[in-house]
Amino acid sequence: MLRYIIKRLVFAIPTLFAVSIIAFIIIQLPPGDYLTTLLADWASQGGAVEAGTVAAMRERYGLDQPMYFQYYKWMWGILTQGDFGISFELGKPVTELIWNRLGFSLLLSLLTLCFVWAVAIPIGILSAVRQYSISDYGATFLAFFFLAVPDFLMALSAMYVMSAWFGQSVGGLFSPDYIDAGWSFGKLIDFAKHVWLPVIVIGLGSLAALVRIMRANLLDELSKPYVTTARAKGMSEFELLIRYPVRLALNPLISTLGWILPAVISGEIIVSVVMSLPTTGPLLLRALLAQDMYLAGSLILLISVLTIIGTLISDILLALTDPRIRFQ
Amino acid sequence: MSNNDTILKVENLKTYFPTRIGIFKAVDGVSFELKRGKTLCVVGESGSGKSVTARSILQIVDRPGRIEDGLIELTRADGSVTDLAKLDPRGKDIRSVRGKEIAMIFQEPMSSLSPVHRIGTQIGEALRIHFGIRGQAQRARVLELLKQVEIPRPETAIDRYTFEFSGGMRQRVMIAMALACNPQVLIADEPTTALDVTTQAEILDLIKRLQQSHGMSVLFITHDMGVVAEIADEVIVMYRGKVMERGPVEQIFHAPQDDYTRRLIGSVVKLEKKAEVRLTRPEIPAEAAPLLDVKNLSLTFASGLKAVDDVSLIVRPGETLGIVGESGSGKTTMGRCLLRIYDPQAGAIAYRRPDGSTVDLRTADKGTLKEVRREVRMIFQDPVGSLSPRKTVGQIIAEPLKLAGVSGSELEHRVAELMRQVGLDPAWRERYPHAFSGGQRQRIGIARAIAVKPRLIIADEATSALDVSLRSQMLDLMMSLQDQLGLSYVFISHDMSVIRYMCDRVAVMYSGKIVETGETDQVVNNPQHDYTRALLSAIPHPDPRDRRIHKRFRYDPTLKPSGTVSANG
Repeated sequence: MLRYIIKRLVFAIPTLFAVSIIAFIIIQLPPGDYLTTLLADWASQGGAVEAGTVAAMRERYGLDQPMYFQYYKWMWGILTQGDFGISFELGKPVTELIWNRLGFSLLLSLLTLCFVWAVAIPIGILSAVRQYSISDYGATFLAFFFLAVPDFLMALSAMYVMSAWFGQSVGGLFSPDYIDAGWSFGKLIDFAKHVWLPVIVIGLGSLAALVRIMRANLLDELSKPYVTTARAKGMSEFELLIRYPVRLALNPLISTLGWILPAVISGEIIVSVVMSLPTTGPLLLRALLAQDMYLAGSLILLISVLTIIGTLISDILLALTDPRIRFQ
Repeated sequence: MSNNDTILKVENLKTYFPTRIGIFKAVDGVSFELKRGKTLCVVGESGSGKSVTARSILQIVDRPGRIEDGLIELTRADGSVTDLAKLDPRGKDIRSVRGKEIAMIFQEPMSSLSPVHRIGTQIGEALRIHFGIRGQAQRARVLELLKQVEIPRPETAIDRYTFEFSGGMRQRVMIAMALACNPQVLIADEPTTALDVTTQAEILDLIKRLQQSHGMSVLFITHDMGVVAEIADEVIVMYRGKVMERGPVEQIFHAPQDDYTRRLIGSVVKLEKKAEVRLTRPEIPAEAAPLLDVKNLSLTFASGLKAVDDVSLIVRPGETLGIVGESGSGKTTMGRCLLRIYDPQAGAIAYRRPDGSTVDLRTADKGTLKEVRREVRMIFQDPVGSLSPRKTVGQIIAEPLKLAGVSGSELEHRVAELMRQVGLDPAWRERYPHAFSGGQRQRIGIARAIAVKPRLIIADEATSALDVSLRSQMLDLMMSLQDQLGLSYVFISHDMSVIRYMCDRVAVMYSGKIVETGETDQVVNNPQHDYTRALLSAIPHPDPRDRRIHKRFRYDPTLKPSGTVSANG
């Protein structure tokens, strides 16, 4: 088992490396760089810039060097000093800008995952056990409905409903009084009051997929001979259901963790912008628009790292729950 | 009617499956009585309703099947009588019978056990459900059960998973599970059908011994009249949901009243000797240049397992070479090496092309292999898994022809001809494989194999998944095709009886090596190696007056070869 985990960890390293290269290439793909965007900005405000100044700035930011060299410098900084570069636009080190937000992103994603699983598994079980019943069709319809509604629309309508009909403060993760306050019990309560809405909005989009996967897995398992064996032992129908088919149907669901996590994170970006949450989402959008290379690159890299870690966790969980994988 | 001896009495049982096109009467008015301490065999082909009968007793028939009518009277330990048919299938009352008073074991020991739960947990569950035994007490009892079913090293086996066991050991686990609560009745639903002949003999032995020590009644479901003759006290013969004949085993075998019973017995007796068409055939000249000449073939897997160990054999044109051995002997791997599905590391496979030249298939390049694979074809064991469920039968048979460049009306014509050749109606070409029975599916596999006029067919356990009654039919078909098309066969099987029926020569394989080879008659009548003798004596003998399985010869490689091994009962 330990060997398996170590093997997985070692395999994750080249993946991380490849991801960092792709992240860097992607942010370089749009024509021009941060300076072109900046100049266009200045020009639209009626300013004129001398060609010499531009060249000097380009040299100062290291933008005149070839891409592989820029990548090398960036990676070297990250690996040796944990230095992700500086944000051109905000003039601050990237690390200073993102750690706090990254924490909230991670927390939000984890809460969303828990929410989605907690809702999807019982609904999936119900749909499978009562296949083709009203509850099956109803659950399926709702799940697909939420899948079809775009995230931002859902966020907007949820905010409207909550503030117009229930008078709740919506948007952000805290009430104005707590935003800059240190962590306290009151702040935690306030956080809980705010966080559930974005969790539901982000989660509902992924719900359909998980419900359908759980339903299909369980339907496969329900007709397996080992279920009949357990029934022939005299086990009650409910214990039988939970102990055998559901237990086995969960295994493929665990492996979905690897792709549900990226889905949640990308859903989170849009929802966060709409609901103005203090997560990485809005920051990433701004950095991309401004071609703020190091900031955008670092965010994409860190989000990808989270995804790889998610996959790693799902692999390890799968090995823990399924002896067939462990003994391979 | 029922006296003290009867523990389970079934009367006029009807179990129906409502379907879209009407009601399917899986069990249609079945009656029988199971006596205390006796074995009642329910015999019939697949689809006869024997399994549904067994499941009806415990009310575990798969949906949408349900008991329409009839009595299932169980005499309980305190002398009271309960009609199981009246109980609610999901209720407490029937659950207190399941596993406690009537236990059941199933055909597929792999899929009938959960792959993610330790076997100790699965066995112990019945103890917890019925007696509330948990923890150390439960573990102690499970260990005792594992000892009873003779699983080696119970202390470590208890914490293992099913996939770490062989088929025979898994079936032992199933039996241990069934015995947990000391049931009065054991229902065994084809418990040995998925096993090798030798393993089957061991499991039958074990059930017999446990039946005697526990005083259980056994309801044994099988399609194999040979097994019935070996173990039954009473027999009921089922066909299409109805009982055709019932009586003591002696009467069923020596004075059968019903034609169907006679046919079932006949299909096993037929396999007791060489096929008639092969008795009259002129011998294949021994000096004829061999079609396939395998020398010192060896394959070692990455795990270090020597699956094929220095195997040499020849196949002459027009002959059938049998490869026999139990699972794990390397016979399947060897067959696959011949087609280079696996790459053997050493040796030579000299194959003679139609133009007289020979190629070494072990070292042949891709192009040559592609050509040779048209001349050497394969038939597989599993007639369900080896046919694509999304293609019609016509498309499946046409596939190798298309690859060979046949098209248009010639293709249509060839497919129809092939279907007729293997005994299928060409009008069925638009149907999908699931619409066919097991025997018919295997015919489709054969039609596909002979489509491009091959010279050699490697048949890997081609009849093992079929009912005994269909086996001889399939073998007869293969032999008639051999005579028509001048085919050679390499016939791989674990069952000496099918080898004896159709093979000219036989090679006996044991742990990767060929331990004996020769003319089939000679090997069968005068086996030189103890392992061959063990294989032969494990075949169920269809005569209840001469029960052999319990006194069969067992091969133990740790003992000295030949002569010193005692025949233990």
